[in-house]
Amino acid sequence: MKLSEVIKILNADVLYGEDHLNDEIEIGCASDLLSDVLAFAKTGNLLLTGLVNPQVIRTAEMVDIVAVCFVRGKMPPEATLKMAKEKDIPILYTQYTMYKSCGLLYEKGLPA
Amino acid sequence: MEKDKKVTKIQEFIYELKVNQVMAKNIVVVDKDMSLKDIRTLLRDQRISGLPVIDDGKLIGLVSLEDFIQCLASGKKNCTVPEMMTKKVVTVFSDSPLVEALKKFDRFGYGRFPVINRETNEVVGMITKGDIVRGLLKKLEIDYLEEEIHTYRASHIFEDMTAQDFMLRFHYSIKGKDFKHAGECASDIKKTLKRLGVQPQIVRRVAIATYEAEMNIIIYADKGEIIAEVERDRLIITAKDEGPGIEDIEKAMQPGFSTASHWVREFGFGAGMGLPNIKNCSDGMNVKSVVGEGTVVEFCFKFNSKHIEGKDKDECI
Repeated sequence: MKLSEVIKILNADVLYGEDHLNDEIEIGCASDLLSDVLAFAKTGNLLLTGLVNPQVIRTAEMVDIVAVCFVRGKMPPEATLKMAKEKDIPILYTQYTMYKSCGLLYEKGLPA
Repeated sequence: MEKDKKVTKIQEFIYELKVNQVMAKNIVVVDKDMSLKDIRTLLRDQRISGLPVIDDGKLIGLVSLEDFIQCLASGKKNCTVPEMMTKKVVTVFSDSPLVEALKKFDRFGYGRFPVINRETNEVVGMITKGDIVRGLLKKLEIDYLEEEIHTYRASHIFEDMTAQDFMLRFHYSIKGKDFKHAGECASDIKKTLKRLGVQPQIVRRVAIATYEAEMNIIIYADKGEIIAEVERDRLIITAKDEGPGIEDIEKAMQPGFSTASHWVREFGFGAGMGLPNIKNCSDGMNVKSVVGEGTVVEFCFKFNSKHIEGKDKDECI
């Protein structure tokens, strides 16, 4: 699934990464525990999370996550966006809850 | 807005390359006293659409096939070169960057410009859009080749070393409770290993394990250090801290066991997956700890064998 499709499904705003809309997302992953992301994430992941601190981006960098989407309408602080730009990791932002976001993506064929 | 800031390689080159690096140097010029017959032959034989007209080395105009035809159509028997040539000629200087020439192509819509030496005012060449494209492609090719050589050199550093044993050592000091810089060490090690040509899958495991070790120091200790030692066929990471120490290592190794405080958990850490995750990612791990003094976590990676998750493998430490 292309990142642009994810954006449409989640009715999401792109906070960073307009250049990456054609990037391929292979699987989805949702967690508010970064330790779990580190332990279980695979490459080609879209990370859905309610955490908005810069460590989310750092974690994404470590496990080669393709894009991060902040759920529940949580706007990340400037420091988080700055790091995302530095690491060139696309950031989405949706009003949907974690459960709804996961459900919609899974329904449209994005595997876990 | 970010898009505009990005400068492409081509953009970089059109500022870097000069007109005289891509222009045609062996050019055909016309003397103002040349006969029409000779000019016709020149235009036809050389298949050139426009020729600079020279008077005593200086450019005085440009004569094209079209000028020639117009002159014939007007019925005049004997048009001279100065009569039929275009006198207002747009030129570019030989030491200008390509971007200047490109701007002129855009603005005037001509196919070619005479190139003038800024000091002597003499015509030194002609430039077309084709010359610019060829020049850029050539430069790109050279650049790409250099990049390939650099990558090759960095990734073959081990093969190029003839010593039987060697070690690259990277040292990082870690400050406790410093969430702002948390992860920088792991990020840097990741970059370095990539550059050294280590397999992406191994780099990823090293990055995750190192990040966990780094977070442990930041969460629990006041200060610590991380040392990465790269050898020919293995990498050893040592994470030392002057923290509270671990009371029961066996318990700490259990997934989910955590003593992290509330503020740490708010950051998304402290889920009790740190040490187990290091163990999973690495090819061998060793934890030593003294309560009240500190903890040393060592873990290693083999470059040449298959990694089997969760299996006992204390071979490379």
